[in-house]
Amino acid sequence: MTTKKGIEVSIAASEAAKLARVEVVSAYPITPQTHIVEHLSEIVANGELDAAYINVESEHSAMSACVGASATGARTFTSTSAQGMELMHEILFIASGMRLPIVMAAVNRALSSPLSIWGDHSDVMAARDTGWIMLFCENGQEVVDTTIMAFKIAEDRRVLLPVMVNLDGFSLSHVIEPIEFPAQEEVDSFLPPYNPLYTLHPDKPVTMGAYAMPDLYTEAKYGQEIAIRNSKVVVKEVMDEFGKKFGRAYKPVETYNTEKADTVFIALGANNENIKTAIDELKEQGKELGLISLRLFRPFPREELIEVLKGKKAAVVIERAMPGGAMNGPLFNEIASLAVTNGLNIRLENYICGLGGRDVQPHEFIETLNEVLSSEKIAFPDNKNYGVIGVRS
Amino acid sequence: MRMKSLERYTDNPEFEFATSGHRACQGCAEILALRLALKVFGKDTVIAMATGCMEIISTPLPTTSWRLPWIHVAFENTAAVASGVESGLKILMEKGKIPKKDINVIAIAGDGGTSDIGLQALSGAMERGHNFTYLCVDNEAYMNTGIQRSSSTPYGAMTTTSPPGKKSIGQSTQKKNMPKIAAAHNIPYVATACPSYPFDFLAKIKKAQAVKGPAYIHILSVCPTGWRIPTDQAINYGRLAVRTGVFPLYEVENGKYKITYSPEPLRPVSEYIKGQGRFRHLTDDLIAEIQQKVNQDWQELKLLSSLK
Repeated sequence: MTTKKGIEVSIAASEAAKLARVEVVSAYPITPQTHIVEHLSEIVANGELDAAYINVESEHSAMSACVGASATGARTFTSTSAQGMELMHEILFIASGMRLPIVMAAVNRALSSPLSIWGDHSDVMAARDTGWIMLFCENGQEVVDTTIMAFKIAEDRRVLLPVMVNLDGFSLSHVIEPIEFPAQEEVDSFLPPYNPLYTLHPDKPVTMGAYAMPDLYTEAKYGQEIAIRNSKVVVKEVMDEFGKKFGRAYKPVETYNTEKADTVFIALGANNENIKTAIDELKEQGKELGLISLRLFRPFPREELIEVLKGKKAAVVIERAMPGGAMNGPLFNEIASLAVTNGLNIRLENYICGLGGRDVQPHEFIETLNEVLSSEKIAFPDNKNYGVIGVRS
Repeated sequence: MRMKSLERYTDNPEFEFATSGHRACQGCAEILALRLALKVFGKDTVIAMATGCMEIISTPLPTTSWRLPWIHVAFENTAAVASGVESGLKILMEKGKIPKKDINVIAIAGDGGTSDIGLQALSGAMERGHNFTYLCVDNEAYMNTGIQRSSSTPYGAMTTTSPPGKKSIGQSTQKKNMPKIAAAHNIPYVATACPSYPFDFLAKIKKAQAVKGPAYIHILSVCPTGWRIPTDQAINYGRLAVRTGVFPLYEVENGKYKITYSPEPLRPVSEYIKGQGRFRHLTDDLIAEIQQKVNQDWQELKLLSSLK
């Protein structure tokens, strides 16, 4: 039976993993992910979830044990944040290269130094090209639904790739929200048991993780690249099926008030809720602004974005990671590449905000927008190509 | 060794799980050790292997030397991968998703992958008590990348990153005592072994296989390429390492030390050192220093073995 309750989003994420009947959990605690692994430990300990919980000694081992477990054909789940994701960075590439359908809840947090336990997207952006399918959530309901969908996407024979479910640390992970949980039977009929193609088992010995000489490496990586590019079809299928079954529709690219708007924000994650509030306030003032939210970040939803950006005059890309000396933030660079290579005649502006847990209020998005609309070309300070919302210099 | 004599240790004396055609150097004692070990583990075995010599000589895509399920993930994480494999197989068997079998999960890594970069993952896996056997094939340096020193390289040895010179004697540190570190985890079984003593070796593999919980076997794997010895001398140098007390054969079963082969009276270490290119720069003083340390370690081991 479907149940609706007020629950912390982290706890809800663990409950979603339980509904997905994960068989192996291998994780190492790190703020702000801790409530997810604590709750998972608890439901394994009290027998609510029949799974092996491996209390590894580091995130590097967490992901390594996930690779080993997934290679045996077990449905495998983990979760991490920030430094933890960096420590497992090496193995992220290997998990995708070995085509293992591991699902990870990434509770996005700032990277040290300076040390910050608070949220931003510097962890996931540093991992954006690891070959994982990447989904972003804006609220707790999406975390639950996306986690369930993630397994179905990952385990599809046409995909066989790991999936990262991103949720903002604290601003999403630690809030209590009303969330609807689908019934176990409903989830079971949506998400059948994992039926792996190859497994590590003595009855049929296979070699996994062989190395490639220069005459094969390119082909191996190209095959993997085609797989992640093609996975978008499956992502859409799964989202459609989920919508039909559970009544909550999802799309790789979501829009908010974009129909009448000439100017749109483009953003990822929980910031979007405040951006929507800003848009609503502007609407009351008679101004039409839109939001394009990327639910799917990898593979990059090129066609869907072109569709919604076509005819727009300006897009303001909001992101929670410092460019680190790059031209712009990582999301902006992709949008700019998309615009240039597809002949989109659109003005693009880039703002960095919400680093290390800095709160960004709706009025700050309104002020940002006013800055963009006030001139044809903004002269950003310090000879850079982007603004940093609320920075004191 | 006639196949017939292997029958005490294995149902598969003639079957090769590590097949020919691999690219190991001439005279490599490491692949020999694995060939023997896998005969004991038999067909119901899954291998997790670290990056290193054995991985690189056996699995260039699209070929493999392993007639067993085998996985390589990275260099420093073999014990963690084995943890995942063991946990995955166990839960899938419990849930009836795969046939119930007594499957040996073994992790194999070199000395670098064990005593240096993989030590944390190994410690974690031993502490958690996974039912697996860890084989450290110790050739006493990073041979795969061209003979760089590891913490398992013996004192005085020349490697490409511990070269002797005006200000260097070669490796300036003592070999890390990995078996002792493993034993400190209070796991059910720890042993040292060397394929130059095949029956001692086979008996230890068999014990490790039978143990429920973690087992650790530290295998001295003579490397003619890295030690600068003739390729037909690997077995001989393994024997000399044992007979001089440089590499004693012992086991630690449920905390109890036992010397499994006593080479007393010990032969002088100079017999082991001479003829090895990696030691050719050593002075008599340094050799005397090494002798003293070997004597001291041997006495300590005897003392540990005498404890009831």
